Amino acid sequence: MANLQTNFLGIKSPNPFWLASAPPTDREVNVTRAFKAGWGGVVWKTLGEDPHIVNVNGPRYGAVHSNDRRLIGLNNIELITDRPLEVNLREIKAVKKAWPDRAIVVSLMVPCEEQAWKKILPLVEETGADGIELNFGCPHGMSERGMGAAVGQVPEYVEMVARWCKQNTRMPVIVKLTPNITDVRQPARAAKNGGADAVSLINTINSVMGVDLDIMAPSPHIDGKGTHGGYCGPAVKPIALSMVSEIARDPETKDLPISAIGGITTWRDAAEFMAMGAGTVQVCTAAMTYGFKIVEEMKSGLSDWMDEKGYTSVDQFVGRAVPNVTDWQYLNLNYVVKARIDQESCIKCGRCHIVCEDTSHQAIWAEKDGQRHFEVNDAECVGCNLCVSVCPVEDCITMEHLTDGVDQRTGQKINPDYGNWTTHPNNPMRVAAE
Amino acid sequence: MPSDIRGDRLSPAEVESNFADLHPLLSKHEAYVEADRCYFCHDAPCVTACPTGIDIPLFIRQILTDNPSGSAKTILGANILGGMCARVCPTETLCEQVCVRETAEQKPVRIGELQRYATDHLMAAGVHPFERAAPTGKKVAVVGAGPAGVSCAHRLSMHGHDVTIYEAKSKGGGLNEYGIAAYKAVDEFARRELDFVLSIGGIELKTGMALGRDVSLDALVGDYDAVFLGLGLGATNGLGIAGEQLEGVVDAVDFIEDLRQAPALEKVAVGRRVVVIGGGMTAIDAAVQSKLLGAEEVTLVYRRGADRMNASAYEQSLAKEKGVVLRHWARPEKIEAGSDGKAAAISFMKTREEGGKLVDTGEQYELQADMVLKAIGQAFTPAPLKGANTEIALEGGRIKAGADRRTSHPKIWAGGDAVAGGEDLTVAAVEDGKQAALSIHAALTGA
Ligand SMILES: Cc1cc2nc3c(=O)[nH]c(=O)nc-3n(C[C@H](O)[C@H](O)[C@H](O)COP(=O)(O)OP(=O)(O)OC[C@H]3O[C@@H](n4cnc5c(N)ncnc54)[C@H](O)[C@@H]3O)c2cc1C
Ligand SMILES: Cc1cc2nc3c(=O)[nH]c(=O)nc-3n(C[C@H](O)[C@H](O)[C@H](O)COP(=O)(O)O)c2cc1C
Ligand code: SF4
Ligand code: SF4
Ligand code: SF4
Repeated sequence: MANLQTNFLGIKSPNPFWLASAPPTDREVNVTRAFKAGWGGVVWKTLGEDPHIVNVNGPRYGAVHSNDRRLIGLNNIELITDRPLEVNLREIKAVKKAWPDRAIVVSLMVPCEEQAWKKILPLVEETGADGIELNFGCPHGMSERGMGAAVGQVPEYVEMVARWCKQNTRMPVIVKLTPNITDVRQPARAAKNGGADAVSLINTINSVMGVDLDIMAPSPHIDGKGTHGGYCGPAVKPIALSMVSEIARDPETKDLPISAIGGITTWRDAAEFMAMGAGTVQVCTAAMTYGFKIVEEMKSGLSDWMDEKGYTSVDQFVGRAVPNVTDWQYLNLNYVVKARIDQESCIKCGRCHIVCEDTSHQAIWAEKDGQRHFEVNDAECVGCNLCVSVCPVEDCITMEHLTDGVDQRTGQKINPDYGNWTTHPNNPMRVAAE
Repeated sequence: MPSDIRGDRLSPAEVESNFADLHPLLSKHEAYVEADRCYFCHDAPCVTACPTGIDIPLFIRQILTDNPSGSAKTILGANILGGMCARVCPTETLCEQVCVRETAEQKPVRIGELQRYATDHLMAAGVHPFERAAPTGKKVAVVGAGPAGVSCAHRLSMHGHDVTIYEAKSKGGGLNEYGIAAYKAVDEFARRELDFVLSIGGIELKTGMALGRDVSLDALVGDYDAVFLGLGLGATNGLGIAGEQLEGVVDAVDFIEDLRQAPALEKVAVGRRVVVIGGGMTAIDAAVQSKLLGAEEVTLVYRRGADRMNASAYEQSLAKEKGVVLRHWARPEKIEAGSDGKAAAISFMKTREEGGKLVDTGEQYELQADMVLKAIGQAFTPAPLKGANTEIALEGGRIKAGADRRTSHPKIWAGGDAVAGGEDLTVAAVEDGKQAALSIHAALTGA
């Protein structure tokens, strides 16, 4: 069986699955239950200064569901921990003592003043925790008090606070980034410049989950009013994956360790983030949807997949997909594909036809010999993948790569050589090929 | 009318299509759609309802996340015969009956079929998923290579013990090989699964070796560190009515066994008019298979109402769907011979219930039958246990065993149909074998 052990900034954990800083890690009972269930580590729910903050007493969460009530996206208007600092510190110390082989990172958020950080850091250090994570991400409530995303959106602040922390503690420092920003590379670079040991991302995305059309207010609502909250869960994974890949391939930050967060629900999600450069992954919504036991599926899935691929340790595949992320202009323009419909598995719903007919290239015939029959017309197919995306049957439509002959649509001979936009004749800014 | 029992009632092609897989393997698409319906329930009721306690929500989620091999390992870790159980478990009265989707939509997650999807996937890879622990040097004898014995042997081998199985018949597998309806275990599945289970190593299967004939319990107790008895039920109950000895009156279990072992199904002899007596799974299997072989009329007669039958509602409806006529509230009185001296008709006395007791109504009827299949239950044969120095207690005609499956003799464990109080299901026999092995392991290693 593959070895799932990870060593992230010297913090060892038996597997890469950590619980993200959130309700599942808000207290000793939960964390103990999580470790019993097999989680490799936790990032303790964000601690702040006393007097502890106060949460709303109305609904804190909203959800996007499929019609079968599968939870696809979650949002929350919860704040950082609403328990006294001393209680949390005492519990962290006790849990670390009881579970020395698991990772315990402590998430922190105090005002943007050096004194505030200087005060809390030794208290955390004293617990024996393995590291700290700076919460520069919370988009609601805390940001209005000048913390969380309000810091994360200003690279100068990110750099400044990271530096204070590095100067005032020997614990590894992870900076947790907010996705509520145009270019995530800027705060990542700032974190690195401030001396941070790693970044983690993403925190939640600003969102309004719905509108109650009876009371004409956002839902969920508290006494008739609602507010924006942080979005997470399976729906945010693509956004998180993109941000992780940007940081992993940015020349300035490519060596910066990443702990990936955002919609990780299965072993495969985790493997994808790790292939994209993450050394560990953090999970919140999946645990909040299914309970801690979900980690069993993640561990067995990752380990079986590693066995199948012949990987014996996680660092053999961490980052392996990063070199294949590129800019649009470097994509091979001579790479021609055509959609192919497997008639055996086609159930003849016609979805591929109508989307191509109405919204794309009229490249799928709907009839043959007076019968319902769906087939691709190579003379019109641009290989866009829309039909593949809407077909309800897995692998029923596939893309065939043409390697010789003529592309019937363009009438041009298939060119087997690589050729991209930078050298394309239509590009006024092309560079002459050597 | 002369008796008409013969083979070749249908063409080989017709018989082949009649006996095709009852629930063909789910395609990947079907498995995904079905797996997506599982809620990953907490303390899931389906798990509690499975005698072997398979972690059903976990294995279904592993299918959903495209890890069928991991899923199969989850299943086989709890139930090494998970492949056969996926085919033969009456899921409608076990795991699927209590699925919360049954409560929500009267349509449970198809747990059995998903279980088959995963286990078939792993078996196709041909690699045994478990390794043996370091050898303990302990030897255990297992008598009977049915589900109970095989499950016990496998778990003992996993724990590093060496096992010898003594099996009276020429093939292992027990009723998986000889008793399960042919359309539930096509393509020699019983044999393939047995090979797969034994491929863990450390288990020697000695066929043609009967306890009480070729080897004695005294000898086993002397030669081995522990003994497990998974003998099943060796005898069948008789009707106790006139005409029972006539040609054409057959034990349903024997009929099914002949059918399971026949090299060509269409050659199996079956009557033109078949009457099956009984209300359990064996009765249904015998009736359905008679029909599928080409019997023109098949009638199943049970002495009480439909709700009192041991066969589940699903099995009853399957029989009806295949064209079997189910008649209730009648008991057989006499089997009559025709001019050729063979069974020709059977007469019944109608019954009803009075104060919980079955009484005759005085009304009678007769059914033509060139074949009468008796399926009114099986009985344990204690004869092989007779030894000079060993004695084990019985209870209600079967072996008495505790929750850890230990008998009254400190070195002997027992499980499966041979033990009192069981459910007479494959999955229950597998669990018995597993529990006995765990108890034997604890006893042998002091763990
Ligand atoms: C016709 C029929 C259909 C059935 N269908 C189903 C079904 O669809 N689903 C389901 O869950 N259950 C079904 N069952 C019940 C199920 O088959 C049994 O509960 C299960 O096989 C019991 O397992 P076992 O190991 O205790 O006994 P068996 O399977 O009976 O195995 C006992 C083994 O011990 C051997 N043996 C016996 N005596 C000796 C001896 N003296 N020396 C050496 N070996 C000996 C036998 O040859 C046999 O191989 C059916 C039963 C019958 C009869
Ligand atoms: C209810 C709730 C509370 C959260 N509280 C915190 C917090 O205190 N500190 C923090 O850094 N992130 C917090 N998060 C964000 C999560 O740690 C995580 O970054 C985010 O949910 C994305 O991961 P997911 O898609 O696996 O849920 C919270 C998320 C939720 C749903
Ligand atoms: S969408 Fe898929 S299944 Fe439906 S007609 Fe097109 S190819 Fe067939
Ligand atoms: S072994 Fe049988 S009862 Fe148990 S889960 Fe599988 S099909 Fe259901
Ligand atoms: S009860 Fe049904 S839905 Fe719940 S875990 Fe079991 S199979 Fe899944």
